[in-house]
Amino acid sequence: MLKTLFQKIWDAHVVTTLPDGTTILYIDRHLVHEVTSPQAFEGLRLTGRTVRRPDLTFATMDHNVPTDDRLVIRDPISKAQIEALETNCKAFGVTLYDLKSDLQGIVHIIGPELGLTLPGTTIVCGDSHTSTHGAFGTLAFGIGTSEVEHVLATQCLPQTKSKTFKVEFTGRPKPPVSAKDLILKLIGTIGTAGGTGYVLEYGGEAIRSLSMEGRMTICNMSIEAGARAGMVAPDDTTFQYIAKGNRPFAPKGAAFDAAVASWKILPTDDGARYDRELTINAAEVAPQVTWGTNPGMVVDVTGKVPEPDRVAGYGRKDVEQALAYMGLTPGTRITDLKLDTVFIGSCTNARIEDLRVAANVFKGRKVAPRVKVLVVPGSQQVRAQAEAEGLDQVFKTAGADWRQSGCSMCLGMNPDQLKPGERCASTSNRNFEGRQGKGGRTHLVSPEMAAAAAIAGHFVDIREWNGR
Amino acid sequence: MKSFRSHRGIVATLDRANVDTDQIIPKQFLKSILRTGFGKHLFHDWRYLPDGTPNPELSLNAPRFQGASVLVARNNFGCGSSREHAVWAIQQDGYAVVIAPWQQRGETRVPAFADIFRNNSAKNALLTVELSESEVEEIFQMVDRFPGLAATVDLDHQRVTLHTAEEISFHFEIEPAVKARLVHGLDDIGLTLKQEAAIAAFESRHNPQLAR
Repeated sequence: MLKTLFQKIWDAHVVTTLPDGTTILYIDRHLVHEVTSPQAFEGLRLTGRTVRRPDLTFATMDHNVPTDDRLVIRDPISKAQIEALETNCKAFGVTLYDLKSDLQGIVHIIGPELGLTLPGTTIVCGDSHTSTHGAFGTLAFGIGTSEVEHVLATQCLPQTKSKTFKVEFTGRPKPPVSAKDLILKLIGTIGTAGGTGYVLEYGGEAIRSLSMEGRMTICNMSIEAGARAGMVAPDDTTFQYIAKGNRPFAPKGAAFDAAVASWKILPTDDGARYDRELTINAAEVAPQVTWGTNPGMVVDVTGKVPEPDRVAGYGRKDVEQALAYMGLTPGTRITDLKLDTVFIGSCTNARIEDLRVAANVFKGRKVAPRVKVLVVPGSQQVRAQAEAEGLDQVFKTAGADWRQSGCSMCLGMNPDQLKPGERCASTSNRNFEGRQGKGGRTHLVSPEMAAAAAIAGHFVDIREWNGR
Repeated sequence: MKSFRSHRGIVATLDRANVDTDQIIPKQFLKSILRTGFGKHLFHDWRYLPDGTPNPELSLNAPRFQGASVLVARNNFGCGSSREHAVWAIQQDGYAVVIAPWQQRGETRVPAFADIFRNNSAKNALLTVELSESEVEEIFQMVDRFPGLAATVDLDHQRVTLHTAEEISFHFEIEPAVKARLVHGLDDIGLTLKQEAAIAAFESRHNPQLAR
């Protein structure tokens, strides 16, 4: 039988199928963070259960972490949550990358860095952006706390199989159009529920030409299209990423060669069928900017804030509510939107490559007056690498704040938050109401677009920007 | 797990599409390490004015919806973050059922609920019911016309009944396996643990380092 990438990984992880049709799926890696795990560990205690495979369970703290002085957590409730994770990891024998660790970072950034994320494996985490890991040809998806407890106790999950959806990006994006623009374009095309019930597989020349960082950006935001998982077939780009750097959990030497041989059989068989397919010409995609309160409300940077009755997929009322929250008037050019804050960070766009492109824009320039810029590396390893390359100096010289790693202003569980009414260009993944701070107004963009907006003080079309 | 067979209660409507879990329970309430205490924070940023009093603009604050236990909203409910706290907040504020519409977009039927939210709901015996857009619209209209309208949601028979003068009923679909687990209140983890022999056998032949 001809199989898709998804089908191959699924089949290799079926433990058994129950009489009611539910598949018991084996989980190779369980990533854990402080926000969605305390009630799961408590559930184990209440039922006298234990962690079945602590050797396949890895934890870090990222959501609550302050990005200035990370060891001083002023919010007692945040502090208690972080301490609970320490206590739980110790009690149940789970490896923890804590705030003193050089390997700490956003859970979806450190998984690939540490070599935990490998092709052909299954990964879950109590976090919707677990889809990120699919960039390696991994079946990776977010779960709730009850499911976290389930995986801790059994290393398995009862699942029903998703449908498959192939998204082909033909052509190559014209730099500085980037992976972020491609995924925003897709979400704008199919809507925030367009992928619900599907696992997305991304392919085509544009995806093949992307680095692992770019592929991770795309898979990361699969959930914003409603898909629990997004995947890219592994290739030489994938293997080279795994082979390089300090990745303690990646196979080495002969084991690596054997692994690569097994990974090469993962790509979808020629002629295998998907439940749905869509083609987007990447060469025609422009830089994208969201204008509304979900990631599907997005336009080209050359566009305007839309009229309420002219948005495909949204009712007039949906758009009016979004525009009212965003403080926007229909017909306003996107490039006329002035910004108060720029956030460069998150599991979507805080890898070293993202920081390099942002630094390239900042180099020799100054942040516009009254614009506050926060640059938050995705992990301590990314931070160290950026500092080794002198990127931190570029950011600081330009007038940006250079911080320690964490989720930060993507969701503002730590002190990094927008104030009511503040307008922010953000490289994160969600422009939901209040996401970055109550009353805050988020526009999602690529790192290149965010950095240029920081310099200009408003959005610019980076393809034609004069650098001021 | 708690079971769910049938529930009767007042219907409350929230005329919003794409309600994300950040709205259902904002991030500042995710710092708790407990499973309780989320009910009063449900829809916090929509629900309260800055001084902490109820915001009259939120439909759910209307006096006629007080005590409601069946929540009806528009398409793509529960999208975004995986936070199960959203389900806990809905239940702890008194709701037992959420109803939302699926949509037909071209050849595709778009589900009413986001995947992770739907799973989280099932694990907590919060029933999610998918109806068509026209059926959900009819519920919105009936609730407008008949203040205090109650409904019965019968999982055994997969039926929503509005208790108007002449009762109106809608059939709904649900995965048989999910239904069985809800009706019998089965412990999901316990069910998987019964497969210990199969799990151990799988582990003995599976190398999680390698694709197979």
